[in-house]
Amino acid sequence: MNEVQEILPDLLEQTAIMLQIVGLGMLFGGVAGLVVGTALYVTRRGGILAQPVVWWVINALVNLVRPIPFIIFIAALQPVARVVVGKGIGNEAATFAIALAATFGIARIVEQNLVSVDPGVIEAARAMGAGPWRIIRTVIVPEALGPLILGLTFAVIAVVDMSAVAGLVGGEGLGNYAITYGYRQYNEVVTWAALVVIIIIVQLVQGLGNALARKVMRH
Amino acid sequence: MTAVDGVSIDVERGQIYGIIGYSGAGKSTLVRLINGLEPVTSGSILVDDVEVTTLCSRSLRELRLGIGMIFQRFNLLRSRTVANNVGYPLEVAGVPRAERAAKVTRLLEFVGLADRAGAYPEELSGGQQQRVGIARALAGDPSILLADEATSALDPETTEEVLDLLARVNAELGVTIVVITHEMEVVTRLAHRVAVMEGGRVVEEGETYDVFTAPRTETAKRFVRTVVRALPEGDELAALRAKHDGRFFTVSFTDAGATEARVFGALARAGVDFNLVHGGVDDIQGRVYGLLTIAVRGEDAAIAQAFASVGPGVSITEAGA
Repeated sequence: MNEVQEILPDLLEQTAIMLQIVGLGMLFGGVAGLVVGTALYVTRRGGILAQPVVWWVINALVNLVRPIPFIIFIAALQPVARVVVGKGIGNEAATFAIALAATFGIARIVEQNLVSVDPGVIEAARAMGAGPWRIIRTVIVPEALGPLILGLTFAVIAVVDMSAVAGLVGGEGLGNYAITYGYRQYNEVVTWAALVVIIIIVQLVQGLGNALARKVMRH
Repeated sequence: MTAVDGVSIDVERGQIYGIIGYSGAGKSTLVRLINGLEPVTSGSILVDDVEVTTLCSRSLRELRLGIGMIFQRFNLLRSRTVANNVGYPLEVAGVPRAERAAKVTRLLEFVGLADRAGAYPEELSGGQQQRVGIARALAGDPSILLADEATSALDPETTEEVLDLLARVNAELGVTIVVITHEMEVVTRLAHRVAVMEGGRVVEEGETYDVFTAPRTETAKRFVRTVVRALPEGDELAALRAKHDGRFFTVSFTDAGATEARVFGALARAGVDFNLVHGGVDDIQGRVYGLLTIAVRGEDAAIAQAFASVGPGVSITEAGA
């Protein structure tokens, strides 16, 4: 127990840093992913803003980025991070890489959920004189909200996973803490404490996501 | 792919116009040309003297505010309550919130669902959902209502309910209705005029009563047969002959003045014995159409004399002759 008490301040600090990295990554990646995913959905053939060329470009980009293992992606993105967030190392650089990778992952999740929206209700909205932007805002997103929440919950957990690699570019967080102070210094207490905290966080996020989705879907 | 080709129809203001055909006949595409949901490759579509085919997307959206549409699967927004579904077209039209609420209440009263305003679509039966669909379609005070297989997903009882409501929409609000269906009963119950579609073309068109009582094409005949017990043929006729003696005659009458009683009376007066073996009398748009097969036993001369005395408005032919 004493060992845990000893590491507690560091553990809490690293938890806070991880939550910040994950939170910002999800914020930027979530918003951008929603935009890119919606763009994929509406520009596809038969979509309400069908643009085959635009769709092809976005689709190719998503397919290009998604298969890259994140540990390589975060390293390869350093030069871009230097330009965008000012430096290639540290929490900001890690957050940037996470947000970008999350954007493409979330885009696919969003697209898949939007595809499940009944085309009939979209046609009904068109028949009532609604334009494409209004249909996206008032029909497509609200109708898919439940699955979208579940999809974004899934994404949060994927982002937690990504955040564990932040240490590669000098970022912090529970992942880096567990590897640097636990694994490398043969301190199993640190490793396991970080692991338990991550499990608790993931459980809380999943529980919250499930509850929200249930509320939205009314069952 | 060409879905509709060479179709020319006129729907008069205030009319209920039926378009009947099997799936794939092009009727759903045809109705979507009216509000521009489907693009045209060539031709002209006039709605209240406005050429739909050349409208820009903005004008097209304005046009759609004045054309209501209801669907086979109702297409209500699951994420919205009944009241917010009905209010949706009013939101699109930019109607202020207070005005919107008052209008939604009136519309829900009209369709008899005022007490379900706060319910979500999945809490309603199919018939109720379609009534919400009708209320929603009427929200923009449309002059035209397009009904795409509006009763095809409903059981016979709720179909009645929805057809009655559509008839009221036409009679009380003066809304022109275009009804797409594959069910002849819907046409005979509602439509003043009907077009029969097959392979993307209109193969027969006219007053419902005329098409119904004297179908010219095989497709129209098949649809008529789904509601009227058609003349017995082949095995069915042979089975009837085995059960009943005498000569078989088919009696049809289309005029309001003629009834089966005149035929039966004439036969009775001539002392000829007869049985009604097949058929029935239908009501189409308030007009009578009878198609009966009778087995008659008696002297040929007496039978001929009896039929001669029946009078106009009734056509009698010997079955299988």
